[in-house]
Amino acid sequence: MLTSRQTAIAPGLSKNMRQTLTGLVTHILLIVFGFAFALPFLWQLSTSLKPDSQIFILPPLWIPHPIMWANYPRALTYIPYFLYFKNTLYIALFNVIAALFSCTFVAYGFARINWPGRSILFSILLATLMIPSPVTLIPTFLIFRQLGWVGTPNPLTWPALFGNAFYIFLLRQFYMTIPQELSQAAKIDGASEFAIYWRIILPLARPAMATIALFTFLANWNDFLGPLIYLSDKQQYTLALGLYGFAGSRGTEWGLLMAAGTVTIMPIIILFFLAQRTFIEGIALTGTKG
Amino acid sequence: MTELASPTRITKPRSRNRRWSRAVRHDLINGLIFVSPWLIGLLIFTLYPLLASLYYSFTDYNVLQPAKFVGTRNFADMFARDHLFWTAVKNTLIYAGFSIPLNVCASICLALLLNVKVRGMSIYRTIFYLPSIFPQVVTALLFSWMLNPQFGLINAMLRQVGLPGMGWLTDPNWAKPAIILLNLWGIGGSMVIYLAALQDVPRHLYEAADIDGAGALVKTWYITLPMITPTIFFNLVLGTIEAFQSFTFVYVLTSGEGGPLDSTLFYTLLLYRNAFSYLKMGYASAMAWILALTIILLSFLIFRTSGRWVFYGGDNH
Repeated sequence: MLTSRQTAIAPGLSKNMRQTLTGLVTHILLIVFGFAFALPFLWQLSTSLKPDSQIFILPPLWIPHPIMWANYPRALTYIPYFLYFKNTLYIALFNVIAALFSCTFVAYGFARINWPGRSILFSILLATLMIPSPVTLIPTFLIFRQLGWVGTPNPLTWPALFGNAFYIFLLRQFYMTIPQELSQAAKIDGASEFAIYWRIILPLARPAMATIALFTFLANWNDFLGPLIYLSDKQQYTLALGLYGFAGSRGTEWGLLMAAGTVTIMPIIILFFLAQRTFIEGIALTGTKG
Repeated sequence: MTELASPTRITKPRSRNRRWSRAVRHDLINGLIFVSPWLIGLLIFTLYPLLASLYYSFTDYNVLQPAKFVGTRNFADMFARDHLFWTAVKNTLIYAGFSIPLNVCASICLALLLNVKVRGMSIYRTIFYLPSIFPQVVTALLFSWMLNPQFGLINAMLRQVGLPGMGWLTDPNWAKPAIILLNLWGIGGSMVIYLAALQDVPRHLYEAADIDGAGALVKTWYITLPMITPTIFFNLVLGTIEAFQSFTFVYVLTSGEGGPLDSTLFYTLLLYRNAFSYLKMGYASAMAWILALTIILLSFLIFRTSGRWVFYGGDNH
């Protein structure tokens, strides 16, 4: 059956020729799709380097002439980029550090200590993953309002101290693969659970921690809804929110807007090239194990 | 430790009734200490908000005055009076109905292409993956420029091949397709997940098919796709949850309006507007619960059908 199908698809071709053909088709498709995916970003770069006179012309111009570098310093001062960069970095780093401590700590309780009730609580942890965030959004907002934290970055940072269910789950799976003998040997030497967590498990969990750090950073760097709800003072805006505000006030100055967009994604592109392996392995890990 | 041990010895008959020995209790205390940050967070940021929003959904609550219990009025208003609610439901369903399958198919196709051992694979992977980690605000602003009816790149390219330019975000018929297109640019994340799954398909299955003389298409259809169904299942559930909560793209593209003519008024956009623009917290909570129940029901349905099409277990079968 298989052979008849195969000859129907490519009659009279030898195996080698078929392989070359498949390779060629793959290459052509990859180039076409690769081009399509790169196009928006190239267009952003191109627009960001144009004066208005070259933006609103048809057919569109790809290579600006002359190149308008001035859009960048203008966009940087207009957003104001460095202030928003600092605000965003504070929120993102707070979340990374807090998530690393809290998630690794909690996961230890779920993976390395055997106690009654553990499996029930773990099922609850998994169940919370299914809860869509809009349901908890309003009461959570009201809690922070009661605390007087609306209009400050605190609602965007402090919750990270209580861990993130998905990352706790990931770490727990990771901890389960570490041999129990390591813990037992340390216990015989009189080590406390905390010492085992701190000196044995944490150093071994570094690959998983790198993944969590990266994705926590990214999620907070890119977050829009959180800052939109909780931040009101322009001095505290994050890059995402600041860029949106900038678009509202200078909506048709595409050169400036694209320059501002480019400098907002630059840190992410740099981060990606610095930690490419963690990205690719991490996303595969979160995707298949989850 | 010894002081602690003696009272239990004295009350030995009672301690036999106790379910847990000292070692177990010790573990229990340690376990609870370790999970306590999450446990506290669960109470403050999950359980309390769940109950509170359930309560609010039966109240009239504008934050400034205390919540007033109104029974099922919010739900009745939503279903019978609020035509915007049904517009939002319709928009979200249309968007999700097109976007979810399209994203799954497109990301699998890209992953299949990348899985062929070609030169420059990591460059292509980078090109496909990077847009998925860009902030949605940047992507939305970039596309609002690219989709500009007059001077945008996309219409310019359409005209170049002889097609008419579209109104895109200014045309109620083309605004949703524009947002679906926007989402396609971000499929790199799920593509990488599929790629990892593809690389886990045991080689010997292909070798067996090679002996039978199977071609590439046959192998893809009969071996590759069945073997990655668990990943498809996972992405389908995640994609559904995401599509129903889609917010940032439409908010940025339409300045929170959901225009033109409410054609991109998605469910979460209306929810946000009710909660934070009109301060109708009770009504918005009711909307949130309907959304949550819908998402849970859909996930459950996908889960129920999964027995028929998801293939688990590789080597054992």
